Amino acid sequence: MRTDRAARGSAHWRVDAWLWLLQRASAAVLAVCVAVHLATIFYAVHAGLTAQAILGRMHASIAWPAFYVLFVVAAAVHAPIGLRAVAAEWLGFGGRRADLVAAAIGIALLALGLRAVWALAR
Amino acid sequence: MTAGTAQAGGLSRERRPETAPLPSSQLDVVIWRSGAGGRLERFSVPRAPSQTVLDVVTWIQRHLDATLAYRFACRVGMCGSCAMTVNGVARWTCRTHVDRVAPAGRLELRPLANLPVIRDLVCDMREFFDKWTAAKGAFVPTATRRDPPARVPPASRERRHADAAIECIGCGVCYASCDIVAWRPAYLGPAALNRAWTLENDVRDGARVARLAAVAGDAGCHACHSQASCTERCPKHLAPTASIAGLKRLASRSLFERDR
Repeated sequence: MRTDRAARGSAHWRVDAWLWLLQRASAAVLAVCVAVHLATIFYAVHAGLTAQAILGRMHASIAWPAFYVLFVVAAAVHAPIGLRAVAAEWLGFGGRRADLVAAAIGIALLALGLRAVWALAR
Repeated sequence: MTAGTAQAGGLSRERRPETAPLPSSQLDVVIWRSGAGGRLERFSVPRAPSQTVLDVVTWIQRHLDATLAYRFACRVGMCGSCAMTVNGVARWTCRTHVDRVAPAGRLELRPLANLPVIRDLVCDMREFFDKWTAAKGAFVPTATRRDPPARVPPASRERRHADAAIECIGCGVCYASCDIVAWRPAYLGPAALNRAWTLENDVRDGARVARLAAVAGDAGCHACHSQASCTERCPKHLAPTASIAGLKRLASRSLFERDR
């Protein structure tokens, strides 16, 4: 019979339930962030902003860097949880292997994303 | 009624209702057979009015190939034993009219998907029921015969949730239709989770905490992507998708409660 640890009634179901909840919560945050980000890009292109002008706006206050930090964190939470499920369903990765792949991608996204925000904001 | 006899049921020709002319008098039936690694075998079956797929399989077994293995029991849409894959879709063969699924007169029959095959059209249902057990799909009583009967208002929210999902007879059509069952071998499946949902909504049940732990993991409700093939195919028109969504809500709420 093929059932795994969660079906045997361990407390691991809480971890799985939290991951599910966090993926949906981060999706809600991303929905807003993506909309704002797209609107900003359209505005910047239409207004003909130069790279220097955009950098100037990033330096002007903490608001834009803070927004993009939130965006990066939400993406670094959302994507790995989803990819974990994809790895299990399409690559046949078991629990442990899928968890490690997800964690690695999450850390990579966080590191690259925060590095980019720092580069633009400092 | 068999497909071969013209005067079935004792009605004379004059009193039989007018039927539209059939496209062809023979059905082209292709059936998956075990043996030699699995092969498709072709049969030609005479058409008849109001013919069901079970009628076709029965006719083949009686007149063409007595070694054909298939399951049926009630043959009137009550037991779910006759479930198999008909032209790519999991159905009850006793409740599937040939005219509805094979207008061109071509039928392809295979055993239910996602389950091991015993022989020909018969699949091994043990995994399906083992997962039912793993999901703690059995009622756990709390009262004894000395206690008065439980008073459960039928219109209460929990009883309405349970009643909406309670009619499952364990036929396996949803399990055979589910992509997640195909992709994730440990997934408990729509029927087991649907049953767990009815029990989580049973106010008399004494195992609701343990059951939620059993069904709220990755191999349980959270693996469902709400694709709803189960809901679309259920011959009793149940909605396991909704039941599983209910389990997700229950699990999320439990994360914030003290002693669950």
